[in-house]
Formats: sequence, structure tokens, C-alpha cells
Amino acid sequence: MFKWLEKNLPKIVMAPAVGLIGWFVYGFVLWTLYISFTNSKILPKYELWGFGQYEKLWASRKWLISVDNLLVFTALFLIFCIVIGIILAIFLDQKIRAEGVLRTIYLYPMALSFIVTGTAWKWILNPTLGIQKMFVDWGFENFTFDWLVNREMAIYTIVIAGVWQSAGFVMALFLAGLRSVEDEIIKAAKIDGAGLFTVYWRILLPMMRPVFFTSFVILVHISIKSYDLIVALTQGGPGISTTMPALFMTQTAFHKSQVGLSAASAMMMFMAVAAVIIPYLYSELRRENAR
Amino acid sequence: MQDNTQSSSYQQLEQKSKYTNMFLRWFLYFVLILFASYFIFPLYVMVVTSLKTMEEIRQGTLLSWPSGLNFESWAVAWGGRGYGAGDTFLRPYFWNSIKMVVPAVFFSTFIGAMTGYVLTKWRFKGDSWVFLFLLFGCFIPFQAILLPMARTLGVLGISNSIIGLVLVHTVYGIPFTTLFFRNYYVSVPTELVKAARIDGAGFFKIFFKILLPISAPIIVVTVIWQFTQIWNDFLFGSTFSFGEAAPIQVALNNMVLSSTSVKEYNVDMASAIIAGVPTLIVYVLAGKYFIRGLTSGAVKG
Repeated sequence: MFKWLEKNLPKIVMAPAVGLIGWFVYGFVLWTLYISFTNSKILPKYELWGFGQYEKLWASRKWLISVDNLLVFTALFLIFCIVIGIILAIFLDQKIRAEGVLRTIYLYPMALSFIVTGTAWKWILNPTLGIQKMFVDWGFENFTFDWLVNREMAIYTIVIAGVWQSAGFVMALFLAGLRSVEDEIIKAAKIDGAGLFTVYWRILLPMMRPVFFTSFVILVHISIKSYDLIVALTQGGPGISTTMPALFMTQTAFHKSQVGLSAASAMMMFMAVAAVIIPYLYSELRRENAR
Repeated sequence: MQDNTQSSSYQQLEQKSKYTNMFLRWFLYFVLILFASYFIFPLYVMVVTSLKTMEEIRQGTLLSWPSGLNFESWAVAWGGRGYGAGDTFLRPYFWNSIKMVVPAVFFSTFIGAMTGYVLTKWRFKGDSWVFLFLLFGCFIPFQAILLPMARTLGVLGISNSIIGLVLVHTVYGIPFTTLFFRNYYVSVPTELVKAARIDGAGFFKIFFKILLPISAPIIVVTVIWQFTQIWNDFLFGSTFSFGEAAPIQVALNNMVLSSTSVKEYNVDMASAIIAGVPTLIVYVLAGKYFIRGLTSGAVKG
């Protein structure tokens, strides 16, 4: 008995982690999957109902708007975060004075919650006392900036706040990537007469492919899950113009008590994330094994 | 000296390109400072707004300087106005968050350290599959577990309680903490462990005598990461708790959204700062470790 215990101690120590994750992650996802095939309303029912919830989901105007918003948000969020992140990383890489201070400033939003920053942005963007008033007081009397309460434009306020929060993170990833390139490569290119621009555009950025990939995966992941920021900034409004899948899921489950439909939307989000993550994990593992 | 860093390696460059370089560097600093102001702008606005009176807010602009250091809205945000119903303030929720964060960070870090230790130093057949199995937990969108979690907490009788949130945060922190420790211990030479085993040291002795003493950096990274994630969480907090048991982010959101009386932006901003200050302090003091957590194992937003 004691021998057995000693031999299996490592596995016993590891058991809580495996058990908890097995139950609370895999078990729960399977449960949600199962419920998405039932006609559950307030309480879960366990008779299978086929794909009814998914049909209902994709016929729902609110869900379609959510998906539409998610696509717009993801595209802009990705482009701006990556472009700003790369520019900042390259510029900071030029032996800049006070680099530490600048880096701290670019990255501090990552330490704050989306509720905190959303509250701040909501105040800044509100049309009566925020940016609009600032410009009007400065003498631009016809200046209007009412995106936050404008159905067409409200989604872009979420982009502004989201990019502000996450661009520094991309900067950190790229800066780390650039710093890991050996000086010899850059020196050799310079001796061959390549200008700084060419060095970056032709040599360094193509070498950053894994960093691009990582940033892409993480940013898409953040955007699919974005919930807090929308709650803090617009609550999905005006109307339902800025609703997104994560918000749809919780509202359908906890306010409308449509548990089955909500589970179906959760599974759609799960599949979207899996479609991005599984290739990523696969390639990461291959890279690690190749080492 | 700064101006020449580009050209120092090849002195044959002429005067002309020296001027271009100088121009380029000014441009560089200009862009960097421009972005720095974009990033600092909301924080600045939060701080100055929190120090103004509502009268000043209506008259001035976002950027205008407060007339004095007026911490009244901070006091209101923290301790309320002292009348009964409808007087929400952050103090009790701040403590809720502390009570939630401390045990959740401790348990998830401990379990992650142990699991990372086994996965790297007591390897067994299929251990990399176990790692992958755990790692996947970093990525799942939590929406896919919210419904069963809500029911489970109900069945266990700990819904809408701090204990429930501690459980949730511990469980969903494990994939990250395991990832951190596993990646750190992988680079510790296994020979050390083997030698100790030959000397007769057991499983726990090896961990506490050999690995733990050199684990300080990764413990700091993990604790900071977990602290930031759990303190800033809103999804779990708002789904599994309400009223008295809510953590600070939920309380902040409720305070800002409550539309009972006239909007008091100064109090809103003071509240937001109070809710953000703990993680901000940690970031400023230990930014290096924070960034390491973000970039080394970072997968979550």
C-alpha cells in the first residue's frame, strides 16, 4: 500500500488539476453542447430536440447583428492594434531615451479592467460634457462627436477603447521579438548598404511571422470574448446596435431565460475560438518539438 | 550622441544624411510622444475629473485643471454619503474583492506549481497530452461554461457567495498557473532532481528543497498575473454574484449605471480609479514581471 502510494505520488498530486479541469472545462462544455440540442427554457430539459436552437439562433435578428458587429470589431481591432503595436515597437527599438517610461505608458491599460477603462471612455465620449464639449469650447462651434449615442457609429467607440487597451500588448510582443534578433543580421544588412527602412521591411518584419501569428490569435481571442467593455461602454446600445455574441449569450440565458438558445450561442463562440486556437496550439507544439 | 546612433557604424556617411537622421529622430520622438499622450489621456481625464466639483465639470472642459485638490468625490465613492437606501459606495465591495482574490490566487498558484513540477520532473507516459489537456483550458470562451457553473454553484449552495467565486477563479486559473510553472521548470536541469533522488530525497523534499527556492521569479509572475486577472474579472463576478457579495468591478459598473439621481461624473471617475488602483500599483512596481507574464505564457485577454 505504502509502496503504491509512493510510486504514484506524482500522479496523485496532479490529480486535482486534471480532475478539476476535466470536470469544470470539458464536462461543462459537453453539458452546454448537450443542452444546446434540447428545448430548455428557464430550467434545463434533457430530451433531445435536434438542431432547433441553432435554427432559431441563426434566424434571430439580434444574433445576426451580434455576429456582424463582431466581424467589424475584430477586423478593425486587429488592424489598428497590430499597426500601432508594430510602429511603436519599431520606433522604441531605435535606442530611445526614456524607453522604459514610454513602454510603461503604452502598456498600463492592460493592467486595468475593461470596466474601469470603459467607465473612463464613456465619460470622455459622452456628447454633453466630453470631447465634443471640449472642441466646442475651444471654438469649433459645429464640432459634433456623438458616436457613443449614434446607432451607426457606436460600434467604433468600442474599437477606440479596445485598441487603446490592447495595442500596447502587441507592442510588447513585437519589441520582444525584435530584441531577440541577433545584431549580426542587422549589421550585415547595413554593410550591404540596406537602409533602416529596408532592414525592417525586408528582413526584420518577415522574421516576425510567429509574432504576427501569436498577436493575431490572442487579439481574435480577446475580441470574440469581449463582453466587459461593451457592458461598461454601451450595454449593447443604442438599441441593440452594439450587441455582440458574448453579450447575447448572457442576456439570453439570464435575462430572457432561454437556456437552450443561449447554450447554442455559447457553442458557436466556442467553435469560433477553437477554429483559431487549435491550429495555433498545433503549430506551437510542432515548433517546440522541432527544437 | 543620441543623434548619431544610426550613423556611428558607418562614418563614411556625409553631412547631408546626418541632417536627415536628425530630422528622422525628431519625427520618431514626435510620434512616440503623440501616442504616449493618447495612452495617458484617459488616465489624466479620470484623475482631474475626480478632483473637480460638478460645477467645475459643467463649466470647464475635459482637460481643464481642477481648482484645487478636492478629494470629496473620492470620499463619497469610497464611503458613501451616509444616508440609507440607495447610497452605494465601494468600500464593502473592495473588501469582497480582497477576500476573493487572496485565496483564489493562493490555491491556483499552489496547484499550478505542483502540477508544473510533476509535468516536468516526474515525467510519465503521455504527460505532454496531459499538458495539452490542461492548456486548452486557457482558451475556452467562458460563455461555454457559464450555464453549468451557475447550476453547480446552486447545487453546492455557494451561488452568490465569495466562496463560490474563489472556487471559480481557482479552477479557471489552473491552466495558466500550470503553464507558467511548467515552462519555468522545464528549463531547470533534471540532473539536479535525479541526483537528489539518488540521495534518497522524496517527492515533496525535492520540491521544497530544490525547486521552491529557485522559483521566486515565476511565483511573482504567476501571482501578479492571477491577481490582475481575478481582480479585473467582470464576467464571473456579474454572473455568479449580486448585491452584497459582488466584487468591486461589478459594484463599480452598478454604481456608474445607476441612474437614480443626477449623474456625478466626479464620483464615477473616483470610483473607477479606486477599482483600478490596486492592479495599477502592482503594474508600476513590478511591471517587468507583469510583462513577462503577458508575453511568455500570455494567451488570455
